[in-house]
Amino acid sequence: MASRVIMPKLTDSMEEGVVVKWRKAEGERVESGDVLAEIETDKAVMDLEAFATGTLRKILVPEGTTVPSGALIGVIGEPDEDLREILEGAQAAVARPSTPPPTAVPASAPFGEGGSASPRVRTLAREHGIDLQTIKGSGPGGRIVERDLEPFLTKKDQPGVREILLSQMRKAIVRMTTQSKAPVPHFYVTIEVDMAEGLRMIEESKKSPASSPVSINHLIIAAAAQALKQHPGLNAAFAGEVIRVFSTIDIGIAVALEDGLIVPVLRDCGAKSLAQIVESERALVARARNRDLTPEEYTGATFLISNLGKFDVESFSAVILPPAAAVLAVGSVREVPVVWNGRVEVGQRLKLTLSCDHRVVDGAAAAQFLETFKRALERARAL
Amino acid sequence: MSTYNMKATYREALNQALREEMRRDDRVFLIGEDVAHYQGAFKVSKGFLEEFGPRRVVDTPITESGFTGLAIGAAMAGLRPVAEVMTFNFAILAMDQIVNNAAKIRYMSGGQISVPLVIRGPGSAAHQLGAQHSQSLEAWFCHVPGLKVVMPATPYDAKGLLKSAVRDENPVIFIEAQLLYPTQGEIGEGDYTIPLGVAEVKRPGTDVTLIAYSKMLLVALDAAEKLAQEGIQAEVVDPRTLRPLDLTTLAASAKKTGKVVIVEEGWPVAGLGAQIAESLYRKVFDYLDGPILRVTGRDVPMPYARNLEDAAIPNVNQVVAAVHQVLYRN
Repeated sequence: MASRVIMPKLTDSMEEGVVVKWRKAEGERVESGDVLAEIETDKAVMDLEAFATGTLRKILVPEGTTVPSGALIGVIGEPDEDLREILEGAQAAVARPSTPPPTAVPASAPFGEGGSASPRVRTLAREHGIDLQTIKGSGPGGRIVERDLEPFLTKKDQPGVREILLSQMRKAIVRMTTQSKAPVPHFYVTIEVDMAEGLRMIEESKKSPASSPVSINHLIIAAAAQALKQHPGLNAAFAGEVIRVFSTIDIGIAVALEDGLIVPVLRDCGAKSLAQIVESERALVARARNRDLTPEEYTGATFLISNLGKFDVESFSAVILPPAAAVLAVGSVREVPVVWNGRVEVGQRLKLTLSCDHRVVDGAAAAQFLETFKRALERARAL
Repeated sequence: MSTYNMKATYREALNQALREEMRRDDRVFLIGEDVAHYQGAFKVSKGFLEEFGPRRVVDTPITESGFTGLAIGAAMAGLRPVAEVMTFNFAILAMDQIVNNAAKIRYMSGGQISVPLVIRGPGSAAHQLGAQHSQSLEAWFCHVPGLKVVMPATPYDAKGLLKSAVRDENPVIFIEAQLLYPTQGEIGEGDYTIPLGVAEVKRPGTDVTLIAYSKMLLVALDAAEKLAQEGIQAEVVDPRTLRPLDLTTLAASAKKTGKVVIVEEGWPVAGLGAQIAESLYRKVFDYLDGPILRVTGRDVPMPYARNLEDAAIPNVNQVVAAVHQVLYRN
């Protein structure tokens, strides 16, 4: 009888995994307990062992592919067995998006001071996003019971409170940001860039009938791509036991929408001229605003840019969206007094803050990258 | 459904239900010990012999197995018998007929023959009737596939449910209670029925769910009143029919409050509350704030001495204490 090989759920927080390497080939004989493949979880690369003896009849997921836990990735069976039924089921299983389990309340996490939590408390904590580790239980043996949760619950009938159901986008934002902010050790480095030349260039581009107008964002993308070429250590991702350094520079650009945000990815920025960046960024952002993007177009950024410049924000720091290891938060260009040759002048200055995943990038590397970036942006005409 | 529009005792409600059903359908007849000339050991069939005559109101010798078998045969042949057991303690003598014939004939005949039979009479303890006459045996009947089991607590429910039981195509065990016969309540005048298998919330509340049936409903309602004085709003739910059980209604309440106490007069081991709790655990586990508690009769033959008898039957204080426990208030 054919046996399904599925992407395991090896940790509480594991929702998907990558088939890093198949250690058996299609048609190869396997014994129960043999290592079939190497699987990368959110934490580490682990061996996937066969649960059945037979022939590895099908490999359904190529190396390097990410699939949700529970998805069928291969089939072990007899050499002549009919696999149609099992394979038909696979389509549905892979196509279905994985429902993310709640992140706030890992099921097996210890509760309170060595106590437990009632099923009702676990359900309520999940619904309200309450971290039970912070709550002391008053029930038998320290069990957290409903009354212990009451101060943390938002009362439905409380006047002046309106409840808004989470949209799929809001749920994705919740998931992505909490998965980032909690496990990823962020640190922040801020610089100030002289934008005088960049702004002149932008003004000129508006008057030129030959080309599309250039924006600050375009200059930042181009400067970031140039700097990342020199500092590939920031164009990287943490992946358990290895750090992945990407050869192409795929920059995710946060785009605010009415009810959330989306991060479309501008591919291969390292190989694009400024003019190409201008054209493709405009097209991509327009489609993002129309919600026309396919999932491939908003996943897999290797570096991120978030710009709140149009809101008169001096500076801010952004949350990294894994797998990227850094996000550049862009404030607005401000007229400020600057000291130049011993005199106070009016300068056009822009503050940018880089959030970095300390597992991948260290402070000095971040500072060096920003130095290169600043130089590139201040010489905008060379971009 | 009729509105509550006249006062009656539980006994009168049963009398009305049976009388109306016998008038409606001449296949319905009453059989049992002392049902005709004596008008029933508890006067439920008062006036029946006069109105319907000895062919439809039949006195029998003290032969539970015999007249139950006779009623099953009559039901198989197309009549709709109501067999009165003087108390359900004596139905033990008819257990073979009930379990092996009444409950199984429809199944074993491949659905060709049904047994539209009601076996009714009082169950549970009254006052000082001794160990053999003070038993709550509903769990025995609930155990058997093929039987329906009904245990109404109020005159209104008794009338509506008995009429549904008479009209049901399958054997229904209809368990009354001696101490409920004189209780008064509003009932509906004329023809109304209450479907079997439908529970009712007898008192709405938010803090704890009390599940109780038959006499214990009254205990649970008293407990709820007492709890309200200390600010605890108990929701009291009466399953009314024990098999099939209306798990949907019970689960909705349990899900809402997260705390459940089941009150039953029967013995604790393999009792009905154990079954209800198991069903609820499966359905609403994720909403429970603690273990479901049961308040049951003591695990002993019923003592004759009044003080010991009182101590063996669930009372308001025990229910209140159990509620405090599920609310973690002690």
